[in-house]
Amino acid sequence: MKSASAQNPSPPPVANQVPDAQGRFGDFGGRYVPETLIHALDELTEQYDQARHDTQFQAELEDLWKNYVGRPSPLYFAKRLTDLCGGAQIWLKREDLNHTGAHKINNTLGQALLTLRMGKRRVIAETGAGQHGVATATACAHFGLDCVVYMGAEDIRRQAPNVFSMKLLGAEVRAVSCGSQTLRDAVNEAFRDWMGSVDTTNYILGSAVGPHPFPRMVRDFQSVIGRETIAQCRDQLGRLPEMVVACVGGGSNAAGMFFPFLEHTEVKLVGVEAGGRGKQPGQHASPLCLGQPGILHGSFSYVMQDADGQTSDVHSLSAGLDYPGVGPEHSYWKKIGRVQYDNLGDDQALAAFDTLARLEGILPALESSHAVARAMELAATLKKSEVLVVCLSGRGDKDAAEIARLKAERKEGGP
Amino acid sequence: MNAIDDLFIQLRSEGRKALMPFITAGDPDVEFTGELLGELARRGCHLCEIGIPYSDPVADGPVIQASYTRALEGRVRLHAILDMLGKVASQVATPLVTMVSYAIVYRQGLEQYADTARQRGIAGLIVPDLPAEEASALATVCKARDLSLIHLVTPTTPRDRAVRIAEASTGFLYYVSITGITGERTELPPELLENVNWLREQTDLPICIGFGISRPEHVRQLSPVADGLIVGSALVRRIATVGKKPRDQVVREVGDYVSTLLAALAE
Repeated sequence: MKSASAQNPSPPPVANQVPDAQGRFGDFGGRYVPETLIHALDELTEQYDQARHDTQFQAELEDLWKNYVGRPSPLYFAKRLTDLCGGAQIWLKREDLNHTGAHKINNTLGQALLTLRMGKRRVIAETGAGQHGVATATACAHFGLDCVVYMGAEDIRRQAPNVFSMKLLGAEVRAVSCGSQTLRDAVNEAFRDWMGSVDTTNYILGSAVGPHPFPRMVRDFQSVIGRETIAQCRDQLGRLPEMVVACVGGGSNAAGMFFPFLEHTEVKLVGVEAGGRGKQPGQHASPLCLGQPGILHGSFSYVMQDADGQTSDVHSLSAGLDYPGVGPEHSYWKKIGRVQYDNLGDDQALAAFDTLARLEGILPALESSHAVARAMELAATLKKSEVLVVCLSGRGDKDAAEIARLKAERKEGGP
Repeated sequence: MNAIDDLFIQLRSEGRKALMPFITAGDPDVEFTGELLGELARRGCHLCEIGIPYSDPVADGPVIQASYTRALEGRVRLHAILDMLGKVASQVATPLVTMVSYAIVYRQGLEQYADTARQRGIAGLIVPDLPAEEASALATVCKARDLSLIHLVTPTTPRDRAVRIAEASTGFLYYVSITGITGERTELPPELLENVNWLREQTDLPICIGFGISRPEHVRQLSPVADGLIVGSALVRRIATVGKKPRDQVVREVGDYVSTLLAALAE
């Protein structure tokens, strides 16, 4: 039997150091939300704590991951990309091959199971790139739950294929036209819905952000990525990699990839934020690299704010990274120095998209293209005997039309 | 003694109730907000709640959200708002309370925000995204400066928790009438009176009810159980007509509307 540990990953670690009972990762995290939502968050925390220790819940989730999602996702050696970079061997953790095309489904199935456990029949979600929206709509279709997805009007424009998919899956997509019309406003609108519907509705949050227990819960559900990667590295390489690279918007794929590696201190972990068009305020989405600690969407974490505390506008061509905040656990990892956070611009991400497409026959999501681009730079600095794993968090089919538009805009001609 | 404590002691001794209008600072500019606060005081409002515009308010409905957007699009700055409130506080006796996101308070620094608020004559703070568990640091800072830190209780708050929140709150306790965001409602939930009556037995703190209140009949229905009533979106909706109507006309219309509520309160 090949890679037994990858096919039957151990359950999430129970005795985590963080967060504490208040949802604190060191100084970061917590719960900064209206009183109306506190009871629901307490209930969710309690239900999740029970589910975590419930072998039947874990078995049901692992069965879905295996037979519905298609886990474990492969760990693939990108030989031509490795040759191009001329350094470390680059391996791709293929979350793009999951059902619905990204890592998001790992989490939505877990939270949908919790929704059933709580006896709620209606689900709301926010989405940026649309991957979490599709994954939530998919889980709701699977379980027969009502599903409403909030999505910024700008993101609806640039991620049209996912909007169509969500509708086909039976979800209602509600356009959010206030503010920047992106992910941040979709989160606000989902919280507003929940303020009035909390008795009957569960909010399935898509990233490792928001008030406790979301950052911890999303990290735990996504940790299947890191656990499998460790098992696959041991199985396929006989050892752990020197370095692991993942993109960070809210930070769920990175949290899930990094968390199981934390104890393996010899493995260097690198998170890649969206550098957009430059370092000036409003031109990037890099709160860890260029922001400061503050409050946004219910937790204390790095954020892009002005001097008054108003959330700043941010930019990334990738809708999934176009967010002014980041999960509180990443802020903690930055503070304790366990993870290195870099950022990388629109142009480099687009170039990496092209490179991976032509050399490996893989269209990466624009979000994941940031991780690929940084991995290419880092691999070149490592020895050929060393191994670098990139979390390829999603596939890029959804981005094809937007990339064609951007290329036309840049007078490069179409693909 | 804080000005809010004094006010409710006096109102209770006279058997009267408070009307507390909410308006957004800087909507459409700080000069208008200052002018309107003067009018609200002249009309006889007992306290005024001033919303500090915030880019990501999750507890607010479309009307108040839009007012925050208008204010921020006018590039209103926090120091300009607090300076304007300082000027108003020196001219009227009505206690002023700021409704402010913890994102803003934290960014200034807790002590810095509280010092400035105190210097500008502001009597208290409502921080809608700061639940009781997270509030101890700010509570200490406010207590040292005799600023009221007003907590909220909602229909979803379990009863043992409501008691703990009442113990932590100073000035008054804000009871949120509905499970949802701010905005006018035709009818208020039937269990509201019972919930407030229950809360009344748990605390001596004044209880003010807000969210959804807009009509004289709401005022008549709720004033027997509450110490005060908070009205927001109904005013903010009228303020949104600035630009379509002359400013002094909007000030007069908002004043007339508040007077009808004050009349219902005095019945």
